[in-house]
Amino acid sequence: MAIYLDHAASAPVRATALDAFVAATAQAGNPSSTHRSGQAARALLDGARIRVAASLGCDPIEVVFTSGGTESVNLGITGLFRARRGGSAARVRILATAAEHHATLDTLEWLEKHEGAVIEWIPVDAQARVDLTVLEAALAREPETIALVTSLWANNEVGTVQPISAIAELAALAGIPLHVDAVAVWGHELIDLRTLPGVSALSVSGHKVGSVPGVGALFVSRTAAVEPLIHGGGQQRGLRSGTLDVPAAVSMAAAIDEALAQRTTAEERLSALRDDCAQRILSGVSGSVLCGSPNARLTNNVNIRFEGAKSADMLYLLDEAGISVSAGSACQAGVERASHVLLAMGLDEKAASSPLRITLGHTTTAADVDALVSALPAVVERARAASA
Amino acid sequence: MSGGVDSAVAAARAVDAGHEVVGVHLALSRMPGTLRTGSRGCCTIEDSMDAQRAANTLGIPYYVWDFSEKFKESIVDDFVAEYEAGRTPNPCMRCNERIKFAALMEKALALGFDAVCTGHYASVVTGADGELELHRASDYAKDQSYVLGVLTSEQLKHAMFPLADAPTKAEVRAEAERRGLSVAQKPDSHDICFIPDGDTRGWLSERVEMVPGEVIDHTGAVVGTHDGSLGFTVGQRKGLHLTRPAEDGRPRFVLSVKAATNTVVVGPKEALDIAEIAGEKFTWCGSAPATPQIAFDCEVQIRAHADPVPAVAQVIGAELVIRPVDPLNSVATGQTAVVYVGTRVLGQMTISRTQSVIEPHKAVEPVETTVAR
Repeated sequence: MAIYLDHAASAPVRATALDAFVAATAQAGNPSSTHRSGQAARALLDGARIRVAASLGCDPIEVVFTSGGTESVNLGITGLFRARRGGSAARVRILATAAEHHATLDTLEWLEKHEGAVIEWIPVDAQARVDLTVLEAALAREPETIALVTSLWANNEVGTVQPISAIAELAALAGIPLHVDAVAVWGHELIDLRTLPGVSALSVSGHKVGSVPGVGALFVSRTAAVEPLIHGGGQQRGLRSGTLDVPAAVSMAAAIDEALAQRTTAEERLSALRDDCAQRILSGVSGSVLCGSPNARLTNNVNIRFEGAKSADMLYLLDEAGISVSAGSACQAGVERASHVLLAMGLDEKAASSPLRITLGHTTTAADVDALVSALPAVVERARAASA
Repeated sequence: MSGGVDSAVAAARAVDAGHEVVGVHLALSRMPGTLRTGSRGCCTIEDSMDAQRAANTLGIPYYVWDFSEKFKESIVDDFVAEYEAGRTPNPCMRCNERIKFAALMEKALALGFDAVCTGHYASVVTGADGELELHRASDYAKDQSYVLGVLTSEQLKHAMFPLADAPTKAEVRAEAERRGLSVAQKPDSHDICFIPDGDTRGWLSERVEMVPGEVIDHTGAVVGTHDGSLGFTVGQRKGLHLTRPAEDGRPRFVLSVKAATNTVVVGPKEALDIAEIAGEKFTWCGSAPATPQIAFDCEVQIRAHADPVPAVAQVIGAELVIRPVDPLNSVATGQTAVVYVGTRVLGQMTISRTQSVIEPHKAVEPVETTVAR
């Protein structure tokens, strides 16, 4: 059994989420059908929607179920952009931070290439914190040409938590819609959209909190105009047509319920494990450097780079030792490239090719951390020799 | 594991032999095509998926290792530079020399592996002197010892070719089928993996400026023009568009490409007959012959799919000089000559000089060794 320290890639499915999924599959019926079977499915779905809404501090009608974080981000960004451009052709600018997840980066690049979007990258500092003064200045410059602002709440690679209230406030003051990618924080930090009036759309994903995979949600504010990407039966306010996956939605609701119910104790437990893990690696392996912020950091994220070693080599050696971690985002081709997040933080290509991301979660024990910490020195030494 | 049938079966045989096997797919292109669209290459995402599926079937771990940067520097850029210098390179050979049995092998050894195992059809055996030797595979039709001629003793120590004794390719496919490997009927890859459509000249023209120039005959007379000398192949007859017919009315063939003057030299078929090839860049595969400066009988093969021909070889000064018993046809500088003694690969040489059997060609064919790169 592998020691699994890659919860940010995908968390193990929680037993409650699996049970809820299986139980919901017993209910036949399309939740949009009018007969009693359909109504029963609808009741399950609405229950899930209410619980997801509660986890975000919004109204159930504002929750749009999707296939996952990437779809949510695509709908949030592209949907807002098209609606804003429809209102005024001059609104072409999108303000985004440079260390975004690929779901955002590639969506933006696509809009730039195909729909005339002009992307303004807001720099991040050496700890991946967004530069608020640059954002403020960009918002002040010809606000009538801005379509939207998009930002991660917390960076998925280095775990840096952004000053999201301040970002939302700036966007609200300027009257510009804000999309927030909250995939990495959901279940870990409290999200209360009632306290963030500037947020028009916010993306979350089920499998990162321990639901079955293949489900996510996008909060779309009642007042926000968003163009749909998927057309069809007009489900979910017409924003996301398609027969709803009731068991998956129910599983996600069960997962986030449990994550939030255990949040305070988990926070205490995980941040202690996190700090212990980071401190022991940093003191036990020479040439190791913490990436991201020491303070404004997700409770479950450790990201450390190892000078002179390559992520891919360390990943292989750890895998051989039965330990699953990652370098950053998991990518399709299976090839580790330099982390664009570390590059945005000002590191060079070599340094950006040397991190390990260790992410903890509901199944993580002190023994898991011990195993990693004791395996690492030899792994790093060997990886350094392999890239010498 | 390229995603093809040979490496999949090689991996399976290594597993059967009791080794602890890890599947590695080399990412050699920075921009892999997402799908195979009539391509015969081996670096698409689909090929990587095929390799992974094979690894899953065998129950071995699988990784993609990124050598794209190294591959571009050592193979692709070198390929272009060689053509620019008027030579005809063999990138598969360079890949074995610099990537598979060098960069990959070094990394693998450093990470704790003992050997690089591939699906090449070739055989490593221990010779009479106790040293390792590289030999042809049992299946002469599929034998790939030619492209492995660059391997040194040290590399042979860490190389494993489980398909050495495969009777035929058809047998290997049948074995893949029996083992439930989905790649059993996948077509063979051919040609150059980074030029999937096989149009070398077209590919080169996108990367190197093609400058029009003159086509001259073996007397030095201008007989036509070309749009760019790169990509012409020695022995090529078609597509020359000559404006002046030969005096004797016989067809003419490309004899050589002069990069320095951007000239293509053509001449009669006999001028393609080569009496001697030589080069300073040569290596011995396994232990070196005791007295290579004394002429010895051997066979020489100048292309992956050419037949070996009897020859006499000898180290003279800094050069290895090979004289085929009967003339060789259409030899380009840059090509690799592999020297065999029986089934054993004795060594290899990059051809930097050729000498025709007839005088006229020689007259306008000064030794070309100092082309700037």
